[in-house]
Amino acid sequence: MLSQQQLLQINELTTSFRIGDEYYPAVDHLSLTVHENEVVAIVGESGCGKSALALSIMKLHQKENTKIEGEILFQGKNLVPLSVDELNRYRGKEIGMIFQDPMTALNPLMRIGQQIEESMKNHLKMTKEEMKNRAIELLAKVGIPDPERTYYQYPHELSGGMRQRVVIAIAIACEPKLLIADEPTTALDVTIQAQILDLLRDMQKEMKTGIILITHDLGVVAEMADRVAVMYAGQIVEIADVYTLFTNPLHPYTRSLFNSLPSAEHVQERLHVIQGMVPSLKNLPRHGCRFAGRIPWIDESAHEKNPQMREVEKDHWVRCTCWKHFKFPEEAEVRNYAVT
Amino acid sequence: MVKYIFKRVLAMIPQLFILSILVFLLTKAMPGDPISQAFIGNPNLDPAVLEELKEKAGLNDPWHIQYVRWISRLIQGDLGNSYVHKISIAKLLGDRFSNTIILGLATLVLTYLIAIPLGIIAGRYQDSWADKMIVGYNYVSYAVPLFVFALLMLFIFGFRLGLVPTSGSVDPQVTKGTMEYYLSRLHHLILPATTAALLSTVGTIQYLRNEIIDTKYKDFVKTARAKGTSEKVVYNRHILRNSLLPIAAFLGTDIVNILGGSIFIEQIFGYPGIGQLFVSSILQRDYSVVVVLVMLSGFLALLGTLLSDIILSIVDPRIRLED
Repeated sequence: MLSQQQLLQINELTTSFRIGDEYYPAVDHLSLTVHENEVVAIVGESGCGKSALALSIMKLHQKENTKIEGEILFQGKNLVPLSVDELNRYRGKEIGMIFQDPMTALNPLMRIGQQIEESMKNHLKMTKEEMKNRAIELLAKVGIPDPERTYYQYPHELSGGMRQRVVIAIAIACEPKLLIADEPTTALDVTIQAQILDLLRDMQKEMKTGIILITHDLGVVAEMADRVAVMYAGQIVEIADVYTLFTNPLHPYTRSLFNSLPSAEHVQERLHVIQGMVPSLKNLPRHGCRFAGRIPWIDESAHEKNPQMREVEKDHWVRCTCWKHFKFPEEAEVRNYAVT
Repeated sequence: MVKYIFKRVLAMIPQLFILSILVFLLTKAMPGDPISQAFIGNPNLDPAVLEELKEKAGLNDPWHIQYVRWISRLIQGDLGNSYVHKISIAKLLGDRFSNTIILGLATLVLTYLIAIPLGIIAGRYQDSWADKMIVGYNYVSYAVPLFVFALLMLFIFGFRLGLVPTSGSVDPQVTKGTMEYYLSRLHHLILPATTAALLSTVGTIQYLRNEIIDTKYKDFVKTARAKGTSEKVVYNRHILRNSLLPIAAFLGTDIVNILGGSIFIEQIFGYPGIGQLFVSSILQRDYSVVVVLVMLSGFLALLGTLLSDIILSIVDPRIRLED
């Protein structure tokens, strides 16, 4: 994996949203590298900034109230300062996006065929006939049973799973080098989830695409990812290859995430939960360890004043020093602490 | 769909029947009658003669007999005669009907010509100064009473500047069928149509603006942008088409409102149309005309909702008219 070319390099990316008159960063000085043919998963709870990061890469946020700073280097070219027109050469062509909810991600008034052809129309010089053939070919590729018929159908005539396949067909229409999949299976039921993940993995193997997979589902991560970045409150708190992270999670947040998975081996009466929730954008602590408030039984001296990412073993990076002192409290003990 | 439309038209028959009874009773319930109304303030008339006239016209019969008499004629296509004008209602409606339709269509077209671009600008450039101006215009046009605005327009453009005629639908000196005739009609149409249009844009602008603001943050718009689609196409193909759906749904009812909506305008601009006839018929207790006009607008209202459904089923693939 080391020999691979860097595809996307994000340096000190800060995405801030305006609330009232102030801008609040939802993604805070985040750095991340994706290589060619690599699947990088980004995991975290709701509200930790995963989707904000995903949309930032192609600048799909509402521009009126979003500020993006830092560098997003795609094959060495910084996307942040580009205008919409310049960016449109990358959108769909070099970078494809798979959205979370297939029920709303397709235009209800356009036929499936037209929606797939749109990105070819934007980027490739193809005749109508060629585009149609390619669209049908893509529909077949993503596992739609009757592609010629579906080509002429409208989104409401398809089930959620089929629509998500269409969304994937749209994203890969121009064979992008990077795919951003923003919770691609969250809105689907479990059997369909597995099919969509299989499909994504097959496409990835076939086209050697780099994928940024945004998810909160550790099962999806185990199945798909090469590397995993754990995100909390706008920052990456731990990053490692998937095997290392699953066998040796270090950061308290990562360990808490794993701890809250139900397990068939150890039957437990109550599910372990992480105390409290991700603080809202306005109330996010901007100094010190951002997770400290949710593990109040850990002594404050365990945290760094200004937590840094450190390489604890090869390619395994962890933020803050609190992981060295972290332990899960006893059930009874938790209630003694007021969690912020 | 043909079967569906046929069914809907069939369903109109009982609806119209019920409407006809209601209208007939309500008109009868108005105090006075056309014959006494015609001789009001005339002290020389012997009340006995008045009674005789009423008896002759059948106005003293019980209501259900009058109703059956009227409805059986109506079914045969006979609209009846006007008590006041002494001519058949079909004849009475004739030119007025076409006048009202022309004025209404002109108003509708002008309304859309003004409202759609303004709605698009306001929605797309939300909170810009242009949006604020448009919303401001909306509030003003909503708040200003029609008769005040219409009189003002009439005063400025008709009397002060003399640009347009101040009453009528056509110059009486021109002969029908000539080029001059049509130009004269157009000339008479401009002021009432523009006045009505300027005040009727509110709904369309506000709806379109809100729809666009709502649609532009939807996921499928993000999908379109993520494909590298230019902003122009994103707006025209994705946002606008989805935002125009409710406007299309209103088209049916708007067409119907053409008939009822222009009563004030016709009155103020002295434009001989259905609205003007309706008002004078009520004042003169010309029952037979009033019931026909109300039946007509009832029929058009039913037709309008059907039309709305058909239009919507054409523009929105999600809506299918099932048999």
